[in-house]
Amino acid sequence: MIKEIVILSGKGGTGKTSLTACFAAMAENKVLCDADVDAADLHLLSAPRIKETTEFKGGNKAVIQSDKCTQCGICLEVCQFNAVDEDFQVNALDCEGCGVCVDLCPEQAIKFPSVVCGQWFVSESRFGPMVHARLGIAQENSGKLVTQVRQEARNVCRESQHDLIITDGPPGIGCPVIASIGQATAVLAITEPTVSGIHDLDRVLALTDHFNVPAMICINKFDLNLEQTAAIEQLAEQKKISVLGKIPFDPIFIDAMVAGQTVVEYEQHSKASLAVQQIWQNAMADRAMENTRLM
Amino acid sequence: MIISIASGKGGTGKTFITTNLARSLESNVAVYDCDVEAPNSHLFLRPDVLGKTSFVTTVPAIDLEKCTFCKKCMEICRFNAIAILKENALVFPELCHSCGGCFRICEDRAINEVDRILGDIETGKAGSIDLVHGRLGVGQVMAPRLIEQVKSRMKEDVVNIIDAPPGTSCPVITSIKNSDFVVLVTEPTPFGLHDLKLAVEGVRALNLPHGIIVNRAGKGDDQVSAYARKENIDILMEIPFDRSIAETYSNGEIYVDIHPEMKKVFKALFDKIQEQIHHRRCN
Repeated sequence: MIKEIVILSGKGGTGKTSLTACFAAMAENKVLCDADVDAADLHLLSAPRIKETTEFKGGNKAVIQSDKCTQCGICLEVCQFNAVDEDFQVNALDCEGCGVCVDLCPEQAIKFPSVVCGQWFVSESRFGPMVHARLGIAQENSGKLVTQVRQEARNVCRESQHDLIITDGPPGIGCPVIASIGQATAVLAITEPTVSGIHDLDRVLALTDHFNVPAMICINKFDLNLEQTAAIEQLAEQKKISVLGKIPFDPIFIDAMVAGQTVVEYEQHSKASLAVQQIWQNAMADRAMENTRLM
Repeated sequence: MIISIASGKGGTGKTFITTNLARSLESNVAVYDCDVEAPNSHLFLRPDVLGKTSFVTTVPAIDLEKCTFCKKCMEICRFNAIAILKENALVFPELCHSCGGCFRICEDRAINEVDRILGDIETGKAGSIDLVHGRLGVGQVMAPRLIEQVKSRMKEDVVNIIDAPPGTSCPVITSIKNSDFVVLVTEPTPFGLHDLKLAVEGVRALNLPHGIIVNRAGKGDDQVSAYARKENIDILMEIPFDRSIAETYSNGEIYVDIHPEMKKVFKALFDKIQEQIHHRRCN
C-alpha cells in the first residue's frame, strides 16, 4: 500500500520545500516527488543524479501554413482566445491548443503540431529515488506535467518496493495544485502567522475539502505573531484539522539552505529541527494518513 | 504605464512591494491583483468595496432530446470535457476551456451555452488607490482567463501596478505581458537565485524591461548580486532582513503607513523605473 503526503501552502514562500527536504532526510523507504514544476527547488537540497530524462509534450499549437491559407477569416472568427492576428499568424503564447481553427479551416491550412513543454526526470538523490521536472519557460499545461510526475513517482515507488511518496507541491490553489492532490493520501499545509498566510491557508483547506483529501496543518515562524498563530489554531479546530506542530522564526533555515543542507542535518538539536522532527512524527501518526484510498 | 511586480519564487515580497509602492505614490495609482489563486493585496490595502462581479464563462449543456449521439462534439473537444455514450451525453464543465468548438460543430443544435462561474472580480478604493482583484473559485483551473478580465479594467493615464502570481508559467505570462516594466523580487538564497533565473528567462522571452529587488538582504549569500552583475540587470532596491518588517507585514500593515519616512525610498524606486522605461523608449 503506497501512501502519498503532499506539502502545500497556498501562499508561496512559507517553507514547503525546506520542510519537504527535512522529511526526505528523516523518512525511510520513500520516493521524493517535486510537483512544483514551475519553479522547482527541491533538487537544490536533495542533489539528484539524473538517471532518465523524458520530454514532456504538453499539448498542441496551431500553425497556419501561409501557402495554403486563403485568408478567409474563419480561424480569426472562431478563435476564442484572440490568438490569430490580422496577418493570419498564430501567437503561440495566446493559443490555447483547442484545435477548433484546425478542424474548421475549409482549406485544411492549419497544422497542429505537438509542443515540447518541458522535461521530467527520474533520479537518484542523496535521499533516495526522486522524480522531478522542469516546465519550459512560459509554457502551459503544468497540471498535466504534475500528473505525469506523480504517476511516475508511483511507478518508481512500486518498483523500488517503497511505501511512501513525499510530494513538494506548488503554491496557489489552481490547476497545478489540483493536479498535485488528486488521489493523495493527505495534504500537509504549511502556513505562517500573517494575514496573507491565513487567508491562503483557508483557500487551500477549501480546496482539499472540495476534493475530499484529508488535511493537516503546521505553522512556520509561529512566534512572529502569536495572535495570528492563535487564529490559525482556532481555524484548525473549527475544521477539525490537526495542527502537527509549530516551527519558530529562525534564520537557521537560510543558513542550512546556503550550505545545501536541510535544517535537521545542519543543526539537529536546534529548536527548529526539533519542531520539524515532531511534525514529521505527528504527521505519520495522524488519522489523515490512515486514509486508505487506492493509489 | 504598467509596472508588474513578479518573482519566480513565492513569498519573496511581491505584495509587500506592490502595496508599499502604491501607497508611496499617493495619486493616480491603481493596483491589479493578478495572483487570483492567492490574492493578498486587499488584506493590506483594505479597500472600500465598490463593486463585485462574477466572472462567468460559457460551457456546453447537451439537449438529449435533440442529440443524435454523432460524437462530433466529443471529437472536436481536445480537453475531454464531453463524453458521448450510446444514448447519453456527459459534460465535465471543470475540464471545459470554453473554446466554443462543440457549439459550432453540432449540426443538431443540441448544445446550449450555459453560464459557469469561475471566480469573481472585486473593485474598490483604498484612499486614492484603485484596487481590482480577481479571486479564482475553489476547484477552478482557468486562472489566465480571470487574469485577463482583471487586466481589462486597466486605465490609460494612471500608474497601473500588477501584483503577479509566482512562477513562470501561463498565469504569470498572462499577468505580466504588455507591461512597461517588470520588477523581479527575490531573496539572496539558493532558492531565490534559482527561481530568479527562471523569471529572468521569462521576461527575456517576452522582451520586457526588468530590474531586481533583493528582499531580506544581509542574510543568505551574495550569489544574487553576482548573478545580477554578470547579467547586467539593475538591482533597483535592497530591503534588509529585519524581523520588525516581517512583524508589520504579519498584521496586515503597510510598512510606509507606520514609517512614512520610508515613502521616499519607494518614490525613488518609482523614479528609477520611470527612467528605465523612458530610456528604453528613446532607444
